[in-house]
Amino acid sequence: MRHQQLPASAEVVRRVQETADIFTLQLRLDDPSDPSLLTIQPGQFNMLGVFGVGEVPISFKALTNDHDGTPLLEHTIRAVGRVTRALSALKPGDRIGVRGPFGHGWPLAEAQAKDVCVITGGLGCAPAVSVVEHLFVNRSAFGRIHIIQGVRHSDDLIWRTQYEAWARKPDTEVQLAADSAAPDWPWFSGRVTELIKRLSLQPERTRVYCCGPEPMMRASAEQLITQGVNEDAIWLSLERNMQCATGHCGHCQFGADFICRDGPVFNYPHIRDRLGLKGV
Amino acid sequence: MGIPDSGDSMEPADFLPRHRLQSLLDHLLQQGFEILAPQLRDGAILFRPTQHVDQLPRGVTQQQAPGHYRLQQGDSPRCFSWANGPQAIKPLTFTPQETLWRSELQADGSLRFHEAPVVTRATAVIGVRGCDLAALALQDRHFLERIEDPLYRQRRDSLLLIAVDCSHPADTCFCASTGDGPEAQTGFDLALTELAEGYRVRAGSVRGEGIMRALPLVASDAALRQEAIEQARRARQQQRALPDFDPAALIQQGEHPAWDKVADACLSCGNCTSVCPSCFCHSEAEAPTLDGQQSEHQRQWDSCFSEGHSYIHGLHVRPDTRSRYKQWLTHKFGSWVEQYGRSGCTGCGRCISWCPVGIDPLQVLRELGEEVK
Repeated sequence: MRHQQLPASAEVVRRVQETADIFTLQLRLDDPSDPSLLTIQPGQFNMLGVFGVGEVPISFKALTNDHDGTPLLEHTIRAVGRVTRALSALKPGDRIGVRGPFGHGWPLAEAQAKDVCVITGGLGCAPAVSVVEHLFVNRSAFGRIHIIQGVRHSDDLIWRTQYEAWARKPDTEVQLAADSAAPDWPWFSGRVTELIKRLSLQPERTRVYCCGPEPMMRASAEQLITQGVNEDAIWLSLERNMQCATGHCGHCQFGADFICRDGPVFNYPHIRDRLGLKGV
Repeated sequence: MGIPDSGDSMEPADFLPRHRLQSLLDHLLQQGFEILAPQLRDGAILFRPTQHVDQLPRGVTQQQAPGHYRLQQGDSPRCFSWANGPQAIKPLTFTPQETLWRSELQADGSLRFHEAPVVTRATAVIGVRGCDLAALALQDRHFLERIEDPLYRQRRDSLLLIAVDCSHPADTCFCASTGDGPEAQTGFDLALTELAEGYRVRAGSVRGEGIMRALPLVASDAALRQEAIEQARRARQQQRALPDFDPAALIQQGEHPAWDKVADACLSCGNCTSVCPSCFCHSEAEAPTLDGQQSEHQRQWDSCFSEGHSYIHGLHVRPDTRSRYKQWLTHKFGSWVEQYGRSGCTGCGRCISWCPVGIDPLQVLRELGEEVK
């Protein structure tokens, strides 16, 4: 068994440029016989490390298979800092260190036979893709699926064809919103919260998984509660600076929780009183 | 005189006359321990490798006040007449900098990762204070519970702890009000009470009992026991005390003007966090070799006052001193209670003495408790 904190070597097999600064890496483990990294669940994250540069926490997007059946890990990343820019510069064949999986994911067992509403903003859609894929793979276990994604500008939307494909599936509602939109934007222009008002929810049987900027998640949760969704049925994924991923380094402290260890997915009532407090 | 004859009394042998203190060090050295004990270095009390009692800070007393730490040399034969130095035992278990793993670039482009072995040797620390034992217990909970830190574990297991009850708390100390001192209460193998003529000794572990059996102890008489009681009573008379406040409410007090006042004074230097025996924040960084073939993944102490501490993809969650001080205080005295069942402060007072502008968090807590007009 690998040392708990020691990374595993993985090869970049494919790199997809999603937008100007967002890209997806497909990773193949050098030693696929170590199963621990492949137990990753929707909502959990890995630490991706560039040799000689450093590590960053990146949420898990998908677990797929190579043409020969070798499992591939997918992570979608925005190039915005020192390490993510180094990740962005990687080419197929390059190796990175992968450490994980870390944190608690979405409570999928608890959502059995319920409607699931996935609300995301910006790149918050990456950790949500993994949960939506899970819902469709296990389609009969869940009721109606609502997928809501908000972006600041319509040009920021990634996986447009993916959303269109989901929208064609039965018992599935896909709604997209852009705060500001190009003229050809066929969906809603405005805030995600406005979109939530239009949803045909059955609040008592709905579970909500939300990931995005904190003000957007807070406003969404409050809107859902006014529409009758129980507080306990709402789950949010938070993010902070994470360096150790084991709850030791202190950077991701959020009140009394370490987001890397106690989150990143939290039940809304647990964090409600801290959300929106400046500097917390 | 308080030194009784040995062997005549039914009282247990628990007193080590001052001139026999070296026997403790000799026994530990014979058992293969490296001994770390307080020494006078560059105007401060620091724990350093020690073989002989002559190296201890005999007759040294101290003055501590907000932003002030000074030592004085007196004539007393006592070696532990001071409250604490800038650091106690935190660096022994949670080191200021260490390598967590090494990565090595292979010829085929793959990466190989190696654990960084920790080289420890059995170390006996003499002179640990109650406040620092309490802080070590907090660090144990942080680094060993839920997810165990293997490097911390190895360092922690190498320590034998010999406490000395604090007889001379500084004016900055308030351990009596946090319940962590001045006497050493738990977490030691052996504890000493330094009295005029020597040391009363008690064991806190099986290992400590073994050491006691090896020492030339005599029974203390009623006068010695009374002297110890009186000394402990005096030590508990401290200048400062933790004010009453509601830990759970602290984090909600974001708009109180007390934050503005302390932010005006605070330099965001992080001294308070680096001298704090319970602070655990650290950052991780890569240190590649010049030939680009290897890299060390290291961690080093960090502070919630540092600029990068709350940085996340292009923004700082806590961009200013006000929010950083608030994070430190509300965590140490507030959310820590929720995390670990008690405050993160053990009353050592170092953050007051070693703050270059003399900020006293107890004063900030008092102001936060005052109604805003």
